[in-house]
Amino acid sequence: MLTKRIVPCLDIKNGRTVKGVNFVDLRDAGDPVILAKQYADLGADELVFLDIAATLENRKTMHDMVLKVAEQVNIPFTVGGGISSVEDVDALLHCGADKVSINSSAVKRPELINELSNKFGSQCVVVAIDAKQIDGEWFVHLAGGTIPTDIKLFDWAIEVEQRGAGEILFTSMNHDGTKAGFANEALAKLSELVNIPIIASGGAGTIQHFADTFIDGKADAALAASVFHFGEIPILELKKELKKQGIPVRL
Amino acid sequence: MDLKIVNYGAGNIKSIQFAFQRLGYEAILSDNPDEIIKADKVIFPGVGEASSAMKKLKQSGLDALIPKLEQPVLGICLGMQLMCNCTEEGDTKGLGIFNTNVKRFSNNVKVPQMGWNTVRSLKSNLFKNISEGDYMYLVHSFYAENCEESIATSDYELEYASALQKDNFYGVQFHPEKSSKAGEQLLKNFLEL
Repeated sequence: MLTKRIVPCLDIKNGRTVKGVNFVDLRDAGDPVILAKQYADLGADELVFLDIAATLENRKTMHDMVLKVAEQVNIPFTVGGGISSVEDVDALLHCGADKVSINSSAVKRPELINELSNKFGSQCVVVAIDAKQIDGEWFVHLAGGTIPTDIKLFDWAIEVEQRGAGEILFTSMNHDGTKAGFANEALAKLSELVNIPIIASGGAGTIQHFADTFIDGKADAALAASVFHFGEIPILELKKELKKQGIPVRL
Repeated sequence: MDLKIVNYGAGNIKSIQFAFQRLGYEAILSDNPDEIIKADKVIFPGVGEASSAMKKLKQSGLDALIPKLEQPVLGICLGMQLMCNCTEEGDTKGLGIFNTNVKRFSNNVKVPQMGWNTVRSLKSNLFKNISEGDYMYLVHSFYAENCEESIATSDYELEYASALQKDNFYGVQFHPEKSSKAGEQLLKNFLEL
């Protein structure tokens, strides 16, 4: 049986792991390569690295990091942040990344999704969507959540699937950093609307939040950062509890 | 050991090279038939779309070479699918090594299947020290139909062949290079064949 995935996310700035609360106030959580290896050994199913300060100067640091992670880690990982062309993706896949995550660049130029899935296959194209619920309606936001758009979440999700995305990473900005649980209502609706896997992101605070997002939110994977980086939720304990609640996990 | 990875411009080869490196072996990329035919072991990788992958194989004549190889050959993911009779992806004729066909999952399940699934009904030395119900990492929209050459099956919508073997030819739908300890064991087993 296909299992639900637990995905630690490592926000990377200048080659170091940081975690923002509501996308600001950065704290340092260590060396990404060491963290990645630890997570793989502790039972994480997959990893996501987001270059949150993606700049041209930073690009080489990121490539070096991806190479080192690929060299040492025996589980799949996704790299995101500042990716806007076929060439960017080609370089990252050549360094050993399994998937890439695109966000603002896909909104600005949706054809990028088609180009990437045609060239590399949809299995390696994750479209990340940051959205905020305003007066009951979910709107897509860009640039790490700083720029609002008038694009509606559910319309955009359907479009990215049609253009060849292999997976959607949905972050609720209303929930991110709150540790009050995932946006399960929106997640469940996403899962009904599209036929590609959905990764839930934003709001993990307790073990029960993960169980809830798999059952109520129908998520295929759940992503979190600080609860893992700071040892608040040990992955093994989390997976044992999920299994106890009848949720299929890899143990 | 002379370990070659068939290079026809397919997918993420780096991960496979790193996985063998972690086991202490160097896997070298090659598109040269003379080199590949002399290797002790051959890896046939593949990520991407079947018809364009097949086109690339034909351009370099590798489509004729692979079925003639006599040493152990391991097809991974699309590599395994291309070793079957035919695939629905791009309506592509395969290399015909494995006597089964490749079909697309229906829309009753999420496609691609992405993540960790169990393998069972394990046969073959390829699964030595790997247990029934161990997990492997899979990413695929198409599957090989279960058949007599299955050496592992998995369930997603239906029971399908997640590994195949015929003589010296082995194929796995999952990515052993990304499947943690169980995947490492499988690669080790392949090296010991």
